[in-house]
Amino acid sequence: MKTLICIVCPRGCHLNVDEENDYKVTGHHCEKGEIYGRNELLHPVRVVTSTVKVKSNIHPRCPVKTDQSIPKENIFPAMRLLDSVLLTPPIKRGDVVVDDVAGSGACFVVTRDLDT
Amino acid sequence: MTRQDYELIVIGAGPAGLAAALSAKQHGLSRILVIERDKELGGILNQCIHNGFGLHYFGEELTGPEYAGRFIDQLEGSGIEIVCDTMVIHLENGDDWRIVHAMSTENGYQCLKCRAVILAMGCRERTRFAIQIPGSRPAGIFNAGTAQRYVNIEGKMIGRRVIILGSGDIGLIMARRMTLEGAKVLACVELLPYSGGLNRNIVQCLHDYDIPLYLSHTITNIEGRNRVQRVTVQQVDENRRPIPGTETYYDVDTVLLSVGLIPENELSREAGVKIDRRTSGPFVYENLETSEKGIFACGNVLHVHDLVDYVTEESQAAGKAAAAFVLDGALTDIGHVIEIKTEPTVSYTVPQAVRVNEVAKSLRIFLRVNKIWEETSHIVFRDGDNVIARFKRDYMAPGEMENVNVPRVLLDRVKGDMLYVSIEEAQR
Amino acid sequence: MFDVAILGAGVSGSALAYQLSRFHLDVVVLEKENDVSLGASRANTAIVHGGYDPPPDTLMGHLNVDGARMCMELVDRLDVEFRKTGSLIVAFDDEDMKEVHNLYDRGLQNGVPSMEILDGEEVSRREPNLSKEIIGALWVPESGVINPWEFTLAMMEVAVREGVELKLCEKVIGLKRQDKGFLIETERGTYSARYVVNATGVHSEKIHNMVAEPAFHIHPTRGQYYLLDRSVGEVVNSVVFQCPSPLGKGVLVSPTIHYNTLVGPDSEVVEDCENTSTTREALDDVARQAKRSVPSLQLGSNIRNFAGVRANSDYGDFYIKISAPYFLDIAAIKSPGLTCAPRIATYAIELLREAGLDFKEKETWDGTRSVVRFKEIPEEEREAFIRENPLYGRVICRCETITEGEIVAAIHRPITPVSLDGIKRRAGTGMGRCQSGFCGPRVLEILARETGKATEDILQDKEGSHILIGDTKEGRV
Repeated sequence: MKTLICIVCPRGCHLNVDEENDYKVTGHHCEKGEIYGRNELLHPVRVVTSTVKVKSNIHPRCPVKTDQSIPKENIFPAMRLLDSVLLTPPIKRGDVVVDDVAGSGACFVVTRDLDT
Repeated sequence: MTRQDYELIVIGAGPAGLAAALSAKQHGLSRILVIERDKELGGILNQCIHNGFGLHYFGEELTGPEYAGRFIDQLEGSGIEIVCDTMVIHLENGDDWRIVHAMSTENGYQCLKCRAVILAMGCRERTRFAIQIPGSRPAGIFNAGTAQRYVNIEGKMIGRRVIILGSGDIGLIMARRMTLEGAKVLACVELLPYSGGLNRNIVQCLHDYDIPLYLSHTITNIEGRNRVQRVTVQQVDENRRPIPGTETYYDVDTVLLSVGLIPENELSREAGVKIDRRTSGPFVYENLETSEKGIFACGNVLHVHDLVDYVTEESQAAGKAAAAFVLDGALTDIGHVIEIKTEPTVSYTVPQAVRVNEVAKSLRIFLRVNKIWEETSHIVFRDGDNVIARFKRDYMAPGEMENVNVPRVLLDRVKGDMLYVSIEEAQR
Repeated sequence: MFDVAILGAGVSGSALAYQLSRFHLDVVVLEKENDVSLGASRANTAIVHGGYDPPPDTLMGHLNVDGARMCMELVDRLDVEFRKTGSLIVAFDDEDMKEVHNLYDRGLQNGVPSMEILDGEEVSRREPNLSKEIIGALWVPESGVINPWEFTLAMMEVAVREGVELKLCEKVIGLKRQDKGFLIETERGTYSARYVVNATGVHSEKIHNMVAEPAFHIHPTRGQYYLLDRSVGEVVNSVVFQCPSPLGKGVLVSPTIHYNTLVGPDSEVVEDCENTSTTREALDDVARQAKRSVPSLQLGSNIRNFAGVRANSDYGDFYIKISAPYFLDIAAIKSPGLTCAPRIATYAIELLREAGLDFKEKETWDGTRSVVRFKEIPEEEREAFIRENPLYGRVICRCETITEGEIVAAIHRPITPVSLDGIKRRAGTGMGRCQSGFCGPRVLEILARETGKATEDILQDKEGSHILIGDTKEGRV
């Protein structure tokens, strides 16, 4: 049995996951929590947020995120992919910056509009 | 700015100001001005690039800029006037009009008349000196929010070896952020026996990156002549006093402080707004009107929130109330006023008072408890010896704001002018 | 070859540079730090003392009253923040009351004008927040609070504008007698000057001993302070001292020029004369002592702690004399050094004249300076002022209402700042309750822009106090 704190929402439920019983989850208050509890032991994933460089004196950086969770072990390799990105405004929320992050199928997308 | 008199001026265009202005518009006002001191809208959300915003309000997880973006989009074409890069430096309260003194490079110094004002200036961070950490005064000591701005907005690195004091959410978020940008975060140190941040942030910002969290510890000395070189960490006793002999030393070049936020009410004070010492924000009635007629407050200037979703809801209520004030005029018959008093188990409530006649179906009261309640407990409202309302909770913590809805029918039962709120453990 | 080299750009060196700039002399000031006023001149009690305290047979006693008068003239000429608040020296018992009378007599001998001895009731009427145990006080009206680093900077700015050369980051490591004067070795080069003036504060013993027999011993004495937020209100209207006792001078509670409240200092001899760290023990001690004067003092409203190291010495007086041919000491300058500085400068000129230096006054010399402080501009004139100078319309420091115009003006005055603290000393940014949490990044950007530097090169304070260390997205893990 493993105890976890659910990170799906700010409520932070205390979950119990039974590895010996098909990863059965207890202590959750919603379906998402149950899924999280299972995944966290089998293949933990996270959304990654960071920034990328922008050709602009006013806004030298633009925030980005992965549009879906990626495997935890891919976080640092994913970060490295952002180092070489340089955007030129105008930039729109949702613009894809990096496709298929580290083979995860997720993309890094821009999270704010930046005008020239 | 085209007009010199407005129905409503909103001071601040962070999440509170944006939602308040939009709500006032929806509730019938047409001449609204929003004044923002930064060069763009969105306030602190612009630098909060992490996700986790909006689950309550939008039912999905957004980053800070995305959350702000949703409101900024609505603002465009709404007819609400906006000025950025403009600082309000003085606020006067008159009988019929309120005067907002604003200045900017573009519009110079202006005294703007309006019927109602919504205070939405947000908060500022407590500093190293507010908590009196002794030692030298080198570079490399940052408030977590200032650090966040340098890293996320300016794209600047502020250090390589970091220790964090305070386990508030900004501190936890910055622990992860600095790690992702290649810094080594050695520890997060918290004075209290529990964390001030959300549990999910402890998991995904500290545990994920093997950053230790030391509860009941604090930084007791900072060394370094020009840049931070070393800090002393000590365990504290139950009275929060450092325990001699527990000193450990960390060789770091950076100290990040996440030791609390303080509502920024200098303008409010000048206008005569009564400030509640418990929240450091204005004392407000059920509709978020302050002690000064026509001046409303919402968001972190009123009390420090842990979720922006609640800021939005609160600000919409303030916008609606300000619209009603402008369109219907000030309250003439105030009726029964009940002040909500806190027992020692409750740190504060918002609102602090209620004009019962103004409550439609129920009154939503936000409150914070003063310690962790791990057993099932009740939030209890009493009028003298009579229990007016009781709300059950399985778990409560100071870091997580509670809210309850007290039905009007129950408020009508209050005889006196005081309603006491406390936390009581449930009987087994 | 300079006529005069002043070592040290604290208040003493700056006051002398200011006075020398009115004459046809080639003057250089060598300062080891990256700005003016970085020693005791920036971390002190910020008071223009009345002159009742120093013994009448000392140089301090002789110079104080004149110095205070000169300070009050200079603050007008130099547009330096100053308020004549007066001071009270309060007595808690008969023993103290005796001391109050002693101080009164001493003040009379030193020529202090308009002093009065007040009873407890009158003290309480004037200062309602003071302890009810106070039975009387000495009232010294001709004293006040000053902005000490602005005072120092203002004098040096005028001096530089009037031809004095200021060399920063020039730490003196050797002094050699030459034919006519001295060869001064610094860590980066050499200077020659006919006369050398030692105004190096806590370092003055070391410099003195380079050219003369040891004559005094500096005991670097650290004093720690609290600065309280304006939200606590005006705790006191005047500077409130306790009676000096065998345990020390006692801490004071004082208003500042910006209506904050200053509390401190203690007094502790330290080994390292640059050790300006604060300590828990000393701060607690200051708090305890200050509460004796003001029992309701709210130290929870602290916005900054700091410490300064004063050049106290075993000599017991200022050490101002020609100690070797062509070598003038302005050494061991402790309290009331700030007050005395303008008078020390004129006294130093007398000594240099006696030592053979020729003083020929310039035909034109402008000893004045003025600065714009936006918040002092009357409301009805602000609109027009911003129209003319748009940068004054952008507030950068919201706690103290300091505009971009004031910051840019400060950067382009005669001594270019290199740090956020340099801007703080010139324009007042970051002095308030958020301690530059909000304005810091903005000031940094303005300073980099106006001086053409990379943001990484902007410092917090002294050399090496880098704030930013590079860019994000550099691929380091």
